[in-house]
Amino acid sequence: MSVSLSHVSYSATFTSSASKTTVPGPSLSPHSIKVPTFLPLTVKPLNSSFTPHGARAITIAPHATSTPSSIPSDTSTKTFHGLCYVVGDNIDTDQIIPAEYLTLVPSNPDEYEKLGSYALIGLPSSYATRFIEPNETKTKFSIVIGGANFGCGSSREHAPVALGAAGAKAVVAESYARIFFRNSVATGEVYPLESEVRICEECRTGDVVTIELGESRLINHTTGKEYKLKPIGDAGPVIEAGGIFAYARKTGMIPSQSK
Amino acid sequence: MASSLVSSPTSSFLRKIAFHKCKKQVSKKIVSVMAPQQSERKTYTTGSVKTGMTMTEKILARASEKQQLNPGDNVWVNVDILMTHDVCGPGSIGIFKKEFGEKAKVWDREKIVIIPDHYIFTSDERANRNVDILRDFCGEQNIKYFYDIKDLSNFKANPDYKGVCHVALAQEGHCRPGEVLLGTDSHTCTAGAFGQFATGIGNTDAGFVLGTGKVLLKVPPTLRFVMDGEMPHYLLAKDLILQIIGEISVAGATYKSMEFVGTTVESLNMEERMTLCNMVVEAGGKNGVVPADSTTFKYLEDKTSVPYEPVYSDAQASFLSEYRFDISKLEPLVAKPHSPDNRALARECKDVKIDRVYIGSCTGGKTEDFLAAAKVFLASGKKVKVPTFLVPATQKVWMDIYTLPVPGSGGKTCSQIFEEAGCDTPASPSCGACLGGPKDTYARMNEPKVCVSTTNRNFPGRMGHKEGQIYLASPYTAAASALTSYVTDPREFLC
Repeated sequence: MSVSLSHVSYSATFTSSASKTTVPGPSLSPHSIKVPTFLPLTVKPLNSSFTPHGARAITIAPHATSTPSSIPSDTSTKTFHGLCYVVGDNIDTDQIIPAEYLTLVPSNPDEYEKLGSYALIGLPSSYATRFIEPNETKTKFSIVIGGANFGCGSSREHAPVALGAAGAKAVVAESYARIFFRNSVATGEVYPLESEVRICEECRTGDVVTIELGESRLINHTTGKEYKLKPIGDAGPVIEAGGIFAYARKTGMIPSQSK
Repeated sequence: MASSLVSSPTSSFLRKIAFHKCKKQVSKKIVSVMAPQQSERKTYTTGSVKTGMTMTEKILARASEKQQLNPGDNVWVNVDILMTHDVCGPGSIGIFKKEFGEKAKVWDREKIVIIPDHYIFTSDERANRNVDILRDFCGEQNIKYFYDIKDLSNFKANPDYKGVCHVALAQEGHCRPGEVLLGTDSHTCTAGAFGQFATGIGNTDAGFVLGTGKVLLKVPPTLRFVMDGEMPHYLLAKDLILQIIGEISVAGATYKSMEFVGTTVESLNMEERMTLCNMVVEAGGKNGVVPADSTTFKYLEDKTSVPYEPVYSDAQASFLSEYRFDISKLEPLVAKPHSPDNRALARECKDVKIDRVYIGSCTGGKTEDFLAAAKVFLASGKKVKVPTFLVPATQKVWMDIYTLPVPGSGGKTCSQIFEEAGCDTPASPSCGACLGGPKDTYARMNEPKVCVSTTNRNFPGRMGHKEGQIYLASPYTAAASALTSYVTDPREFLC
């Protein structure tokens, strides 16, 4: 598979026409998960130096019936509207969800909700307005605006999960740490969007904002300013579907759950 | 094709460096120890010539059954080892069962290593329950490697229990050159010390690997760090990696591989190499690698019988950037609160009063780390002035502390030296207070204190209290600081 690299973004253009089937061996689970093969597909650059797992539209060979054109792309009209919560640079996973709460297992529905109630509780007291009010379990801020290297630190998936469970829909940061970005897409919990400038310096907690995903635009109604975002690309449909597994089922990559 | 790799990304990379530099206070007194960063310019190729590959590229090429890979390629990779622990294991298992079915079987019962280590010695019911969840799963799946613990009141009563996952993986022979090792923990990159590709993943990815044994990865470009020269007797690998992180910042290696080469690296033992690779993630790195050599092979001799094949970077491989160090000019360092890249000379922080010292974790709780701390206490002969917490990473480390003679001590063990110095008794092996943990965790910082620690992160609240101040340091520096109750350069004691 030959790949040509563009500028910083390492976006990939797949030019192989022969589909190489990498079907796993007999040790595979009997629920026949076939490892996907890449079809020729051009990927929109995300302009970050990583296009996450699941950002490729991938189908099964050889008997795949879904073609790239039939893969749903629901992000064209998706918008988020709400209050924004502004944080700074290097917001690490311990601030997003302190380690003491990691005994909560995200795949357990009750504990998932509890995790959400602790989202961003680790932020220092210099953040006078808290992400979640002391007696509440959900946030009133649906959009988090951050600086550079958002989500650095641990690989704990509890971080994007806590944000999503709390009610956040999207994070708009200047840049991300890679494991957090990857986990956000894999779980489908929040959209990890990237801004072109440091909007964390121009927005204030409580500003009313709208994000137009298809237009890759953020509008701050309180200040009246608009900002260009980097396109979410193929990661969008994955998050929209609810994560990589859901996406894979939705697009026919793996069979639906049969018990 | 590969030549297009180096020009633009480097200037963007430099821009990122410049941006980060203007945001933090860098001590102007640090002696210039690094040659200006250079990028390798590849001479033009005819296009039909196979490009040389870096170690990371080669490992991933082999694991994805491809002849040639370039940074930026997305490939499906066969996983050799998947590790998980008590914090992320239950979640990964939950996803595996939900997605593959309650009765699904894992892809390979011998390639999964399950290591309870994070929240073990606690009365927190959920934490205890999480170890039970691991046990149930391992029983049902007949997982070969499960380092179980049942009797929490006495770690020694649990013959299978090991402790900190990254150290256990090495000690139990699960790290092998040329392989792909994934773990549900950011410090999985530690295993890169063995010349393999090792990185951290989340629960969902882990759930996928449990079912299929494969993962989709993007091939990272490599930053090369060349360290030559004899290691000064007052420096440890921790100082080297703090130097690097301070130089390139906490996002300097994001999405990149960090390759460590040079005569200094070659002189490091395996545990020191592990310390080096352990903090790759603190620079944002995807993985770290140290080429395997006789030191590696010797270490592995009695630990694994699984055949392995090391790989090495080609001479004409393309690196994104290369950094060169003159080791002789380095001095003991700390990372001041609240970021691992907030680098400062230890001697310039000598007026910082501290409340406690913590020696432990995958970063600084290995046998070599305790031997190093013991060396400083031995040289001083005095007692510590602040509570000094010792948390061995694994049962083996704990044993070593109580049995290995410390060179130059006339046959004393680390434990004897620690006792004479007035340190706390070495605790039950686990991750301990490195990441705070449940409120009853030993040595957790429950009040705003100033701590010198051999651990890996010092973001606000890391060890428990949001206003706690953590200075990351080498075991030498930590021990020296314990003796004076101030942040102290170990040269005060090591002549």
